[in-house]
Amino acid sequence: MKNLFILLFLISGVITNAQQTPAPKQSGPISIEGATAHLGNGQVIENSLIMFDNGKLTFVGSANMRIARIGIIIKAEGKHIYPGFIAPNSTLGLTEIDAVRATRDADEVGAMNPHIRSIIAYNTESKVVESMRPNGVLMAQITPRGGRISGTSSVVQLDAWNWEDAVIKENDGIHLNWPNTYSRGRWWLGEPNTLKENKNYKEELDKLTHFFAEAKAYKENSSSNSHQPFDALLELTNGNRTLYVHADYEKEIADAITFAENQNIKKMVIVGGYEANMLINKLKEKNIPVLLQRVHSRPNNSDDDYDLPFKLANQLVTSGVLVGLENAGDMERMNTRNLPFLAGTCAAYGLDKETALSLITLNTAKILGIDSFTGSLEVGKDATLFISQGDALDMRTNILEQVFIQGRNVSLETHQTELYKRYSKKLN
Amino acid sequence: MIKKLVLAGLLFLSYTAQAQDYIPKNDGVKTNTSNYTVLTNAKLFITPTQVVENGTLVIKDGKVVSSGKNVSIPKNSIVIDLAGKSVYPSFIDIYSDFGIDGIPNAGSSNYTPQYDASREGYYWNDHIRPDVNAIDFFKYDASKAEALRKAGFGVVTSHVNDGIIQGSGLLVALTNDEDNSKRILDDHLGLFYGTSKSKTSNQSYPTSLMGAFALLRQVNLDAQWYAKGNMKVKDRALEAFLANKNEVQFFNAGSKNNALRLDKIGDGFNTQYVFLGGGDEFELIENIKNTNANFIIPINFPEAYDMEDPLLARSVSLEDMRMWNQAPSNPKVLSENNVPFALTTYDLKKTETFHTNLMQAIAYGLDKTKALEALTTVPARIIGKSNELGHLKPGAYANFLIMSGEIFDKKTVLYQNWVNGHKSEINAMDITDMRADYALTMDGANYTLKISGEVEKLKAEITTEEDSYDATVKFNDDWLQLVFTTKDSIKQEFIRLVSQVKNPSNFSGKVFYPNGKTSSFNAVKNNSEEQIDVKKEEDKAEETPKIYPVTYPNLAFGPKETPKQQTILFKNATVWTNEQDGVLEQTDVLIKDGKISKIGKNLSAGNAMVVDATGKHITAGIIDEHSHIATTSVNESGHNSTAEVTIEDVVDAEDIDIYRNLAGGVTSIQILHGSANPIGGRSAIIKLKWGQTADQLIYKNSPKFIKFALGENVKQSNWGDFNTTRFPQTRMGVEQVYINYFQRAKEYDALKKSGKPYRKDLELETLAEILNKERFISCHSYVQSEINMLMKVAEQFNFNINTFTHILEGYKVADKMVEHGVGGSTFSDWWAYKFEVNDAIPYNAAIMHNAGVTVAINSDDAEMSRRLNQEAAKSVKYGGISEEEAWKFVTLNPAKLLHLDDRVGSLKVGKDADVVLWSGHPMSIYTKAEKTIIDGAVYFDIETDKQLREEVQKEKNELTTLMLQAKNKGLKTKPIEKKEKELLHCDSIDQH
Repeated sequence: MKNLFILLFLISGVITNAQQTPAPKQSGPISIEGATAHLGNGQVIENSLIMFDNGKLTFVGSANMRIARIGIIIKAEGKHIYPGFIAPNSTLGLTEIDAVRATRDADEVGAMNPHIRSIIAYNTESKVVESMRPNGVLMAQITPRGGRISGTSSVVQLDAWNWEDAVIKENDGIHLNWPNTYSRGRWWLGEPNTLKENKNYKEELDKLTHFFAEAKAYKENSSSNSHQPFDALLELTNGNRTLYVHADYEKEIADAITFAENQNIKKMVIVGGYEANMLINKLKEKNIPVLLQRVHSRPNNSDDDYDLPFKLANQLVTSGVLVGLENAGDMERMNTRNLPFLAGTCAAYGLDKETALSLITLNTAKILGIDSFTGSLEVGKDATLFISQGDALDMRTNILEQVFIQGRNVSLETHQTELYKRYSKKLN
Repeated sequence: MIKKLVLAGLLFLSYTAQAQDYIPKNDGVKTNTSNYTVLTNAKLFITPTQVVENGTLVIKDGKVVSSGKNVSIPKNSIVIDLAGKSVYPSFIDIYSDFGIDGIPNAGSSNYTPQYDASREGYYWNDHIRPDVNAIDFFKYDASKAEALRKAGFGVVTSHVNDGIIQGSGLLVALTNDEDNSKRILDDHLGLFYGTSKSKTSNQSYPTSLMGAFALLRQVNLDAQWYAKGNMKVKDRALEAFLANKNEVQFFNAGSKNNALRLDKIGDGFNTQYVFLGGGDEFELIENIKNTNANFIIPINFPEAYDMEDPLLARSVSLEDMRMWNQAPSNPKVLSENNVPFALTTYDLKKTETFHTNLMQAIAYGLDKTKALEALTTVPARIIGKSNELGHLKPGAYANFLIMSGEIFDKKTVLYQNWVNGHKSEINAMDITDMRADYALTMDGANYTLKISGEVEKLKAEITTEEDSYDATVKFNDDWLQLVFTTKDSIKQEFIRLVSQVKNPSNFSGKVFYPNGKTSSFNAVKNNSEEQIDVKKEEDKAEETPKIYPVTYPNLAFGPKETPKQQTILFKNATVWTNEQDGVLEQTDVLIKDGKISKIGKNLSAGNAMVVDATGKHITAGIIDEHSHIATTSVNESGHNSTAEVTIEDVVDAEDIDIYRNLAGGVTSIQILHGSANPIGGRSAIIKLKWGQTADQLIYKNSPKFIKFALGENVKQSNWGDFNTTRFPQTRMGVEQVYINYFQRAKEYDALKKSGKPYRKDLELETLAEILNKERFISCHSYVQSEINMLMKVAEQFNFNINTFTHILEGYKVADKMVEHGVGGSTFSDWWAYKFEVNDAIPYNAAIMHNAGVTVAINSDDAEMSRRLNQEAAKSVKYGGISEEEAWKFVTLNPAKLLHLDDRVGSLKVGKDADVVLWSGHPMSIYTKAEKTIIDGAVYFDIETDKQLREEVQKEKNELTTLMLQAKNKGLKTKPIEKKEKELLHCDSIDQH
C-alpha cells in the first residue's frame, strides 16, 4: 500500500512537472517577414512574408509584395521558415520509458486487433513528446504495434491538453504487419541464427485472407451481432481508413498489393519498404505511396552498398513514387526528434533539399490524408510552422526560435531545457 | 548373410581362444592356431610413398609380420592372390565421438541462473572436465563402425566432446570381430578441449568465447600452482589436467580465427594444440601456417544454395556463395602451404559423403599422395602412434584396404577393409563387371541386351530394331538372372533367362517361357561401345572447377591486397588541425611514411600523389570511445566481475561494420566490454585497418583499459524476474562489490610485490593494474549518485577513474568530475529508453565541456558510429558549443581519454596519418567522407567503393549461375539463408 502511495506520488509529480502548458488559441494575426520560406511542396520563397490568423495561413508570398502586414510582426531576416514536420508510424505518447513495463502501451495482446485505437492511450503529457517540438517535429501518426493487425492509428499535433485536443485526424488507418518471407532460426534450440524462407508464409497469409473474408460475410448479414474487429476492418473497404501494410521485401510488398486489390481496399500505404525499389513500376502504376524505413540504419546485407538506406528515398522519389519518411525501430520515440536529419541525409544522397523536406512534410501529409489542411505553407492551411536560425535539416543549424501549431505560439521549453538551465546555473 | 555371420562367429571364437586363454570355455574345446595370412601379387602401399609392385604382405595375430617384394612366405600360411589389386594402409580419423554414449544433460535453464559448480572436489567450474575419461562412456557402435569401414577407416580416436576441457580420449580399431579388450588400442589418449560449455551443467560462467579463453588461462595457472602443492584442497580436475599435460592436446577450434586465437593462448603456457579446423583455413593461410600447429580438417563442404527463386536468392551473401565455391580447395591450399593436417569425418552429416567430398577436394587440386598421408601417416604421427599405425611396415597393425586400383580413382572399388587382421568385405572382390552391350540370340531371334547401372545394382534393357522390352537383371555369385516382358501388350507375361556365367564375353543359358517351355540363349559381348562410354566419363572428370580469388576479409568489399602506405599531398583544403592553428583555409597536408609530414601553404609535391582538395575539408580521423563492432563477444555476464576477460582475445577483423565505419570517417575505436556486470572485461583499442588481421588492428603498445558499469544493467533490472539472485541487485551493493574487489586486489598486489609465492589470478592482476595506475577505467554510467560513488571508491584506493562513458547525468556532477579529473564520453541525445536515463539531456556534453571536463561523444551503436561527425554537430545545436570544439568531441578528446593523443586525434606534424578527406564541412549532414586514411594507407576511397560495388554484383551473378548449374547437374542444394548481423550493444550476450 505504501508503495502504491509512493507510486501515485511519483506519477502525480511527473504530471505536474512534466509538460509545458499547451499554448492558448491564436489571439490575433501574426506576420513573419524576411525569412527564407521552405513551403514543403518543393518551393522556396526567399525574403518571404507569411501571415496567419485564427490558426490558418492567410498569406504566403514574397515580402516584396506591397501588402499590409497584419498583427504582430516578426522580423526573421536570415532565418528559415518550415511547415511542421510530421512523424508517421510513431509510438510517441504510447510508451514513456522503454524498459518500464508499466509505461508501455503500444502493443496489445492478440493477432487481429483492427479495433484497437491508439488515440485513447496517447499521453499528451509525455516528456518525450514535448522534446519533439524544439526540433520541428510538430505532428505524428500515433500507431499501435505488434500482432498481425496492430490496430488503428490517429494523427495528432504535439501540443495539447488531452487526446481530444491533440487529434487532427482520428482513426486514419489500420496497420497490418505483413507475414515475413523470412523466419529466423530458433538459435536457442541450436538452429543457426540466420533467416530462412518462412515455411509458414502461405499459412499466415491464408489466415489473414480468411479473416477479411469473414468480415465481408459478416457485413452481408444485417442480423449479425456486433463484432468490433470486423466493424473496424470494414472501414478499409468503405474508404474511411487507409491500410498501412508494414512490409520490407519485394515478394511481401507484391503480395500485399494483390491482397489489397482482392479485398477492395480503397487506399493502401507500404510502411518500411527496404526493397520497395525493386518494384517501382508496380508502386507507381497502382499509385501506392511508401513510408520509407528509418534512413539512419545499416544495410540488411553485408553485400549491400554501405549507403543503401541513405539513397533509397532518392531512388524511389526520382522514379515517381510518393515517399514519406518514418522512424520505427530501436528507441524510436526519443529518436523521432531526429526526423529532420533523416531527410537531410536523403538530400546528401541524391535529393535536392526541398524535395527532401517534402518527405517529412507535404508528402507525409498526403499519405496520411491530412494535406488538405496541413503539411505545407499554403494559404488556408493550418499555421503549423516554425522559424529556425538555419537549415533545419542539418543538425548544426536546426536551431528553432519560434514554433506555431495551428497558429498557437508553442513553448520550446521542455523537461530537458529546464534541467539544462538549472544545472548550467548551478555550475556557473 | 547367414554365411557371413557364421564366418564371423567362427573367427571370433578362434580369436578368443587364442588371446584370452585365462577365460574359461564351456562351449567347446580350446583351440590354438598360429597360421599366417599372406596377400600376394598386390600393388602394395607400405606407406603413401613407399610402393611395391607385386608385393607381399604377411600378417599374423592382427599385426604385419613382413611386407615388401622379397618376402618369404611361411609354410603355415593362407595365401590370397591379389594380382591386379592394390593394398593401402587403412584410414585413421583422429577426431570423433564414436561410441560415446550416456553423457548426462542438465537441460536448458530458463529459471534462476546457476553461479556455482555442481560438482564437488573438482575445479570451481563445471565446464572444466579434464578428469573425464572417454572409456567410461564408451560403447562400441557396430553400425557406425561399419559405415566408417566402408569409408576406408580402420581406427578412430574418440572422446567426450563436451565442455571446455573435455578429458582424455581413446583409440579404437573398428572391428566387430573383437571385443573392447582388444580393439581399444589406447584407453587414455590425448586431452581434448572445446569452446562451448558442458551440457552436463548450467553453471553460467563463461557465457562468452572470451570468458572461455580467460577460464582456460586461469586453469593453466591454477594447475601450476596446484602442482607446487600450494592448494590446501584436493581438486581432481586439476590433478587430471596435470596428469594429461604431456598428452596430445586436441582443441576443437572450429574456425581459423579461433585456431589463431587459441594458438596464442597455448604459447603462453608452452602448449601446442592440435586444432580441429573449420574448413576456412585457406582464408588466412599464412597465419595458419605460422601457428606451426597440426590441424585436423573436416571436409563437410557446403552445398550450393537453391537459387531458383530470385527474390529469395538475392539475400544470400557473397561471403556464403564464395564459401561454397572455395571451401573444397581448403585441403589443397593447406597442403601447398605445407601445413601438416589430417582429414576427419567430423561434422559430416553422413559418413558416406566422406568419399564424395574427398574426391571433390582432389578435383579441386589436393595432391593424391598428400590426401593419403592426411588419412594415414599424418594422423598416426599426430597421436604418437607412427610405429604401429598409418603404414604396413612390420609391427604395424594389420589395418589395410584392398582396392581394385588406384585409391583415389573414380572407378576404383573398395573390396575389403581389414582391421586388426580381420577381414571385412565391402564389395565382393571377384565380382564380374557385367556392364556391357551384348548380342543376344534366343530361338533364332536377335536382340540387343544392354546392362548398365552400378556393379552392385545392375539395370538391363532389351531391344530389337523395332521394339524395346522392360527388363530386370540380377548377377550374384556368377549366376545371372534376366527377366523381360513378352511382346503382347495386353497380357503382360514374363520370359526368364538364367545362366551360370563362366566367360562374361560369351555366355549361354536357359530360357523359361510363360507356358513352361524351356529353350536356350547365347549372349556375346560387343566390345566397341564400352570404350566410347569410358572416354565420355574421362572428359567429364577433366573439367576443373573455377575457384574465385580469396579477399581478406573474404566477403563483399574485402580488399584483394592489404592497403599500402602512400605519400599523398592534399592541396588547398580547409584543414581542421585541432591544434592551436585552428582551422586553416587553403592549406596543403603532406602525409608520408604513415605520418603527417607537413602542413602548410604551397607544399611541393615531390613524388607524392597529389589530391586536389579545393573546397574540401581535411580532419583527423574520428575516434569512437565506445564501440561494439569488430568483436565476436561483448559481455561475459557469468560473474559480477570479469576483469580476467579481454576483448583483445575476440577481435573480429572481418566485420563489415569496420568498412561501413571507415565510410563514415572513423579510424580508431575502443571496443568495450558490455555492461552486464560492475567489473567488466578489458578493452581492445584498434585502428579500423580493413583488410588486416585482428592482431594488426590492435594498437601497438596499446594503453590498457577496462570497462566498469553502473546502474540498471549491472543490477540486472531488465533481465527478467528470474535474475534476482546475483549480487548486487541494488546500487548499494555495487559499491560494496567494488570495495571488496579493490581491497582484495590491494592485498594480492602487496603479496605479489613482497616476493612471496602467490597464486596468479588474472582477475586480481587486472585490478591491481588499476591500483598501480597502469590500467584505466571507462565506466558505463547514468545516474549522478553512483557516478559520485565510484569516484569516491577510486579516491579511497588512491587512483582516478579515467572516463565515465555514457555519463548521461554527468551534467549534474560536472564540478565533481573536474575535481576528480575524470573525462566524460557521452551520447549526443539518447534518453528515455530506461528509467535511469529519464534525466538524460542533449545539453550534457555542453555543460560538462563548459565546466572543464574533457568531453567526447561516442556511439555504442554500429549504425550511429558511422555518423559521429553529425553527432558532434548536435553539440552546436544543443548548448551552443563552437564548431571547432565540437569537432574535438569525436577526435582529439576521445584520443585524450584513450591516452592516444600523442599519436592520433589532431593534424600535427609527426602524428599518425589517420586522416579523413571530406566532401565539405565535416559536421554538415550533407557531407561525405571521400577518403579515410590510416597510418598513411587509404582504407576507404569513395571512388574505389564504386568499383567494388560493381565487382560484388558481377561476382554474385556469376556464382548464382554456377549454383544454378550445380542444381541442374543434380547436385544437392540447400535452402537459402540470410544472415543479418546482429547489432551489438552494451547488453548483448553471446549466442552460444
